[in-house]
Amino acid sequence: MSENAKLPPLPVGTFVERAVTWSRKNLFDGWFNTLLTIGSIAFLLWLIPPLIQWGIVNATLAPTIEGCAEVTGACWGFVNANLRLILFGTYPYEEQWRPLLAMIVLMGIICASLGGVKYPSVRKWIIPMWVVGVPIIAILMWGGVLGLTYVQNSYWGGLPLTLILSAIGIIFAFPFGLLLALGRQSNMPAIRTASVVYIEIIRGVPLITVLFMASVMFPLFLPDGVSIDKLLRAQIGIILFTAAYLAEVFRGGLQAVPRGQFEAGDSLALSYWQSMRLIILPQALRLVIPPTVNSFISMLKDTTLVVIIGLFDFLGTVKLALRSDPAWTKYYVEGYAFAAAIFFLICFSMAKYSAYLEKELRKGEQR
Amino acid sequence: MKIKTILAAGAMTVAAVAAHNAQAGAVLDGIKAKGFVQCGVNTGLPGFSSANAEGKWEGIDVDICRGIAAAVLGDANSVQYTPLTAAQRFTALQSGEIDILSRNTTATTTRDAKLGLTFVGINYYDGQGFLIPKALGVTSATELDGATVCVEPGTTTELNLADYFRAKGMSFEPVVIENINEATAAFFSGRCDVYTTDASGLASIRTTMAENPDDYVILPEIISKEPLGPVVAQGDEQWSDVARWSFLAMVEAEEFGVTMGNVDDMKANSTNPGIQRLLGVSPGMGEALGLDEEWAYRIIKNVGNYGESYEKNVTAKLGLERGINALWTDGGLQYAWPVR
Repeated sequence: MSENAKLPPLPVGTFVERAVTWSRKNLFDGWFNTLLTIGSIAFLLWLIPPLIQWGIVNATLAPTIEGCAEVTGACWGFVNANLRLILFGTYPYEEQWRPLLAMIVLMGIICASLGGVKYPSVRKWIIPMWVVGVPIIAILMWGGVLGLTYVQNSYWGGLPLTLILSAIGIIFAFPFGLLLALGRQSNMPAIRTASVVYIEIIRGVPLITVLFMASVMFPLFLPDGVSIDKLLRAQIGIILFTAAYLAEVFRGGLQAVPRGQFEAGDSLALSYWQSMRLIILPQALRLVIPPTVNSFISMLKDTTLVVIIGLFDFLGTVKLALRSDPAWTKYYVEGYAFAAAIFFLICFSMAKYSAYLEKELRKGEQR
Repeated sequence: MKIKTILAAGAMTVAAVAAHNAQAGAVLDGIKAKGFVQCGVNTGLPGFSSANAEGKWEGIDVDICRGIAAAVLGDANSVQYTPLTAAQRFTALQSGEIDILSRNTTATTTRDAKLGLTFVGINYYDGQGFLIPKALGVTSATELDGATVCVEPGTTTELNLADYFRAKGMSFEPVVIENINEATAAFFSGRCDVYTTDASGLASIRTTMAENPDDYVILPEIISKEPLGPVVAQGDEQWSDVARWSFLAMVEAEEFGVTMGNVDDMKANSTNPGIQRLLGVSPGMGEALGLDEEWAYRIIKNVGNYGESYEKNVTAKLGLERGINALWTDGGLQYAWPVR
């Protein structure tokens, strides 16, 4: 098929004419679509103006309760007044530049890694970047060295906590999930059984149960005086949980790779790991980009569950701010709307990136 | 059968934990060694423990921990807070993750006797009540027959409500709503006649969530007892003594009229033997507790007396008067054992 065949016919006529043609074809194409279009427009007209009225026209940014009491619209002043509490939780106020910097470093590494996958010159720096970056983030957050005061991680909170839980969760769950998927496909009965049992048990319980076990039951089994950090327990719980789901996603990818590809690897006398690394996994992983990103997005959102074990993720700090002063409590709609906006921004970027990555990796096929 | 096994295992674990903690003085020594008190607090209950806009914990429950830190370590800020949910709180105490739990916890027999805990005092007497619109014209809970009641599910609140109406031979229609924001919104939009929760909660909902607080009243009947107070793990008597007397010193100080502002003056000039004992002018009290003689002086100097703490947190934030939490001399229930 030649490239030209795919191009739409060149537009003719004035802008208005073209607009009429376009909308006839796309919006008023038959009675059903016409009905849908009119219905949608009516719905938007009903929804949007009051929303703008509430969220922008009648809203205030004044960071005081009095300022909010004067307006009929949204009280963004609640977010404004409590922004640092919402972003950083109970992290010591004077030290909040540290989680801010840690967040910037983390975002920087993530962006560089995601954007740099394409370029071999950047790609070789990705792993070193993480090896250096993660300790820097840890030092910034914990402190206790280099003249930084020590901050217990029960004080971490807000956006940095959400991002750290998610990023570390993804980094560790990915290889672990991959190993589990390979284990499930293995010829060795012991490894296969262990993988299947693990995956099915974890998939059989809700994350909230895993977190509860980690935070309520687990400490009772440790000897006195030994306590594994609450945040670490939650992080491990999230990793173990996500890995089981990713394993099934990867299994789907592995099963979709034609048998002949495995045989091709064998006939070239490649070892198991060589053929996996060079032939099977590149194909299998590319096939499962959408469900993988799906898992990541749902994991990011699942980190909000840590609130039930007393950690304040981004959503938790919004609740914390709502309770900081009873007078703010009634502005919960604004608080949750703000949290939703930030979560949407992160999840939408992830989805967009996955679409981009798919397109990039499919270029080879399109030639 | 299975459940029994789990319960037995749980009980054994608790017993084992209690035995672990049984070395006298271990907690106090641990605190001195690490340099801070690890304090379990609520994840956010205004007036009791909540984070302010700077992310600092404050409230009357928080002040208990600050007082203990001042008594033991000399600095009220030497506290590390662990926010805990209702489900986690006792495990955290039993496993030694926290030194003290100051998280609006109701003292009950099972908790005190079976869970291996020791309640060291009651810093807030609460109880369940009813909030209604004035327009309803009801002046007593006994007139609520047939009312629709908004209540949060799965709490003792729901059980107390059912008990009360059954005992009075009245019927009611519960509107059970999980989320407190939605529950109060439902009440103020008129979906139910009555809203019920602890009286402290009702007062704060009335002052902060109602369009016009004067349109609503809290009925005089309090249908349950909720004595809330700080808790420590059973087995370390020295530590529970320190925790108990740190709290009682705050109440005793209020009885004597010793405040954050006049404590230095009182210490230098007071001739009242009670005050002299409390502030360490006549020695002995600190030694008895394994602390130095200025322990109570530092609590009052840094945190204030019970009344000041109540005023600053509960009255200022929730608009709640002292009520039954007034001193016994003012007709309330707060009664300090003598420091002597």
